[in-house]
Amino acid sequence: MKTLMLGAAMAALSTGVSAQTIGFSQIGSESGWRAAETTVTRQEAEARGIDLRFSDAQQRQENQIAAIRSFVAQGVDAILLAPVVATGWDSVLEEAKEAEIPVVLLDRQVDSSEDLYLTAVGSDLVHEGAVAGQWLVDNKPEGACRVVELQGTTGSSPAIDRANGFRQAIEGTPDIEIVRSQTGDFTRSGGKEVMESFLQAEGGGDNICALYAHNDDMALGAIQAIKEAGIDPGDDILIVSIDAVPDIFKAMAEGDANATVELTPNMAGPAFDALAAYMADGTEPEKFIQTESALYTQDDDPMAQYEARKDLGY
Amino acid sequence: MLLTIRDLTKTFPGTVALDGVRFDLAAGEVHALLGENGAGKSTLIKCLTGMHARDGGQIALDGQPISPGSTQEAQALGIGTVYQEVNLLPNLTVAENLTFGRQPVRFGMVSRRRMHEEAREMLAGYGLDHVDVARELGAYPVAVQQIVAIARAVALSGKVLILDEPTASLDARETETLFEVVRGLRARGLGIIFISHFLDQVFDLTDRVTVLRNGRHIVTAGTAALNRVELIHHMLGHELEMAEARRGVQRDGPAMLRAEGLGRRGRIAPFDLTVRRGEVIGLAGLLGSGRTETGDVLFGRTPADRGALREPDGTAVELRSPRAAIAAGFGYAPEDRKTDGIVADLSVRENIALALQARRGWARPLPRAEARRLAEDYIRRLDIRPADPEKAVGLLSGGNQQKVVLARWLAMNPRFLILDEPTRGIDVGAHAEILRLVGDLTDAGMSILLISSELDELIAASDRVIVVRDRRHVSELVGEDICTDRIVQAIARPDADPEGARA
Amino acid sequence: MSQGLRRLAPQLVTLAAVVALVSAFFPGFLAVEIADGRLVGSAVDVLKRGAPVALLAVGMTLVIATRGIDLSVGAVMAICGAASAWAVSNGLGLGAALALGLGAGLLCGLWNGVLVALFGIQPIVATLILMVAGRGVAQMITEGRILTFSHEGLAFFGAGDVVGVPTPILIWIVTGVAVGLLVRRTALGLLIEAIGINRPASALAGVNARVLLIAVYVASGLCAAIAGIVVAADIRGADANNAGLWLELDAILAVVIGGTSLLGGRFSVAASILGALVIQTIDTGILLAGFPSEFNLVIKAGLVVIILVLQSPRLGPGLPGFGLRAPRAAGVARTEKATE
Repeated sequence: MKTLMLGAAMAALSTGVSAQTIGFSQIGSESGWRAAETTVTRQEAEARGIDLRFSDAQQRQENQIAAIRSFVAQGVDAILLAPVVATGWDSVLEEAKEAEIPVVLLDRQVDSSEDLYLTAVGSDLVHEGAVAGQWLVDNKPEGACRVVELQGTTGSSPAIDRANGFRQAIEGTPDIEIVRSQTGDFTRSGGKEVMESFLQAEGGGDNICALYAHNDDMALGAIQAIKEAGIDPGDDILIVSIDAVPDIFKAMAEGDANATVELTPNMAGPAFDALAAYMADGTEPEKFIQTESALYTQDDDPMAQYEARKDLGY
Repeated sequence: MLLTIRDLTKTFPGTVALDGVRFDLAAGEVHALLGENGAGKSTLIKCLTGMHARDGGQIALDGQPISPGSTQEAQALGIGTVYQEVNLLPNLTVAENLTFGRQPVRFGMVSRRRMHEEAREMLAGYGLDHVDVARELGAYPVAVQQIVAIARAVALSGKVLILDEPTASLDARETETLFEVVRGLRARGLGIIFISHFLDQVFDLTDRVTVLRNGRHIVTAGTAALNRVELIHHMLGHELEMAEARRGVQRDGPAMLRAEGLGRRGRIAPFDLTVRRGEVIGLAGLLGSGRTETGDVLFGRTPADRGALREPDGTAVELRSPRAAIAAGFGYAPEDRKTDGIVADLSVRENIALALQARRGWARPLPRAEARRLAEDYIRRLDIRPADPEKAVGLLSGGNQQKVVLARWLAMNPRFLILDEPTRGIDVGAHAEILRLVGDLTDAGMSILLISSELDELIAASDRVIVVRDRRHVSELVGEDICTDRIVQAIARPDADPEGARA
Repeated sequence: MSQGLRRLAPQLVTLAAVVALVSAFFPGFLAVEIADGRLVGSAVDVLKRGAPVALLAVGMTLVIATRGIDLSVGAVMAICGAASAWAVSNGLGLGAALALGLGAGLLCGLWNGVLVALFGIQPIVATLILMVAGRGVAQMITEGRILTFSHEGLAFFGAGDVVGVPTPILIWIVTGVAVGLLVRRTALGLLIEAIGINRPASALAGVNARVLLIAVYVASGLCAAIAGIVVAADIRGADANNAGLWLELDAILAVVIGGTSLLGGRFSVAASILGALVIQTIDTGILLAGFPSEFNLVIKAGLVVIILVLQSPRLGPGLPGFGLRAPRAAGVARTEKATE
């Protein structure tokens, strides 16, 4: 709330008209990734000489709606919105449309009609899983490969989609078999505890060829469990996970993890590009801009990646 | 007769609550039911309203025998009850309270309009025309809530109305309003049972009086035919003829404690009191007169806000908490031993050792063997049964529980012991034993404040008797003056100040 | 001693039954081997993973014995883990890290105790405040991220071992034995039970209920602090969002399985720890059995219901080993009270 008022006050103060003014209504800072998204968005705006007006909604939709109204009243050139929930945006999006201010959704979708926003930038969760699966298909050792899977919170859409994408990718490779699958609730301690039971259940870990974790945190917990069991993660058991948080690069640099699929915090870059094209000559972008789900392995200079990311707020 | 009760008997483990009680109620009469705590009033009412199942006897309503199994059933038969604490829901509207459980329903929904109509009809004739039935009940004063409760009970039941201490939280004007309502209901032919410990109100309102004592019927008489003194006689009793008073055995003992203007606003008016070594001070008075409040102030349970208690050398005794009082060498066996005395799930041994342990502090546990020896010693001396130190005290009878509480304090060897109703609800044998014990203790030099509603007990045990009335110490009796007549007169003397009766 | 065993019999029987059940699904459950000089096996995992709930249950037992409840322990774990992690990641050294973590737990317990004992706020409400606010405090310490550290000294408390035995196991055993001895070798246990059963009567007998109440909440806070340090040390990081999440409920459940009444009074620390092990055996058993994760909570709930029903006083006496809890004498007292 304080941030919101502060943001509004600062916005009101900066009367100087720069090249472009864009408002950004962020959900909050509930996770490291979210904090990184905020940092990267600021960096991208600065690099383009954009005057970014930032508003932190502290997980509340009413704060976001208030922030968008205030952006409209200030007459910004465009609005970035990372919506906290999917529903209830119609009227405020219409207000923006009437004021002819384009809105770009970041990271999450809304249920409103497509003509109420310019485009949405986001990652494809199924694709992320598929990239992870494809890496394993390409890098598995000779012969049969028994895989254990650490799932996200049961029933959450990342858990469902990342599981499906992975399965699609390994479908044509009969050597790869998912032998155990259990939720680690996206947490390090969950990942560690469940991995311990996997190791017990699978002959002390001798029967496991690879671990697929739905996020890096669970993988990091599992790596500790594997080490404590006297096995070498990254070597005896291959580790592939999703998110690309800084700590996983550290693990890669130490040879403990093998690959991660990036859920990029840079949603703003593509959004700014689409806006620039739209404002320059009215180019209508696609309604969904999929960010790249880049794959990082031990060959990608993980220590440099770690250094580049460690101050983004993860 | 509208209601006839004969030979009503009810026993609980360790106590006979009602012993062959009879009671009659005519239509169009207000009948007072009187007695001290534990006399059996509540049990009688609960048998009547279906909250207790009686062990024996008959109840007849309009000549038909009845045995209500629940309050709903009693209501359906025509018996309604209004308690001291209004048992309505203050956050619902007046109308909702009045029609609760039988709201008029239309198309499966409560019809608010009809509910309000019904509520207004129910309140007609109670002088509550200014009350808006759509407002929350809690917005109105207690007296109005009380009358709403009566209106509901009358509408639900309509034959017998039981008013259990209805005036306890009302002021004089509100009480009069309530009485007008009650008189109106009497004129309409209801039979009303009125329970109150305000004798003025009994004389003011009721037609007949029935007195219970120790679960037995003592007397039923027309109110007009009784005077205050007789009534108190009946309530406080005159049963044990053993009343050979100790009279002044220790009257010349040295002063041990001196209360100077000790009191607490709203509970007990400032009083002076000298406690001599080895004497028994009796405290006589009716329920709510300031008996227990005196004990509470002397033990720091409700710390005094004025005056001081001093040692003979003039130093003040700290009385801000029971712990402080215990440190000063005091002990206190409270009136309600179930809620304030015993710790039910703990064993006899642990209960006896509790105060001693609390004084030693947690770091210095009383060795188990020593605690056991202590418990066995008191089990023998006080004849506590069953003689098992490991038995949970909640499983013992009332008299034995009381002995355990006494043992807890005797183990502390206090110099000043306050006993509030030490013999209530316990059998005759235990009664005599406890009185004998009081004598033995004072012979050994302990001073005792004995609070009791049994005059015979006071007369038998006390060296002096202080009489309390209207939360004030009003007189002190010594020597030959310690007799039933003098005590009753002191209790009964009508008060000049009508507000005082409300204190 | 035989009396103590009799008190623990229902919990021991329950634990044996749950172990037997898990062994049926996963035959190697009880097998323990030594690998790299340390004990390895599912049973060892149960003892190790059960540490947080066992530790919380120790403090929770004391609180519940006073007729209270402490809902804040999960959040307190997060705070204390974060405080310790913050200390080592800022180079303060192990001593300071432990002192900060335990000190935070002590302060949290003191806060709860003061609200309950001095301000007379109902325990469930008083501790709810910290339950909700505590995670926010922890997030402020970690600045919203998982605060990782590589301090081997602190990690030892979660992932280390002493002559082959994982440290968390030793920590809960030492804590449990220490608290058990403290309450039973001194008069604390008796006094706590007394105020739990009848606070007015105990106060009149001179028991200092206020100080005792504050003390049990402080004890609970300290136990939560130890649990928080163990959990943070285990993953070498303080996860403010997830550390100890919902563990207060497991701790309460452990106390209930341990046969201590939520109405206060008689308690057994050892029985509560056995209750915690029962819960952990179920949790680990579910993971080992390899059911889809959608079934985890249903299976756990089902087993807990069966255990509680079998231990209930009403059903218990018909079954050997169960229902040995004495009927509450308070019930009798309540009936008699009606005599007035």
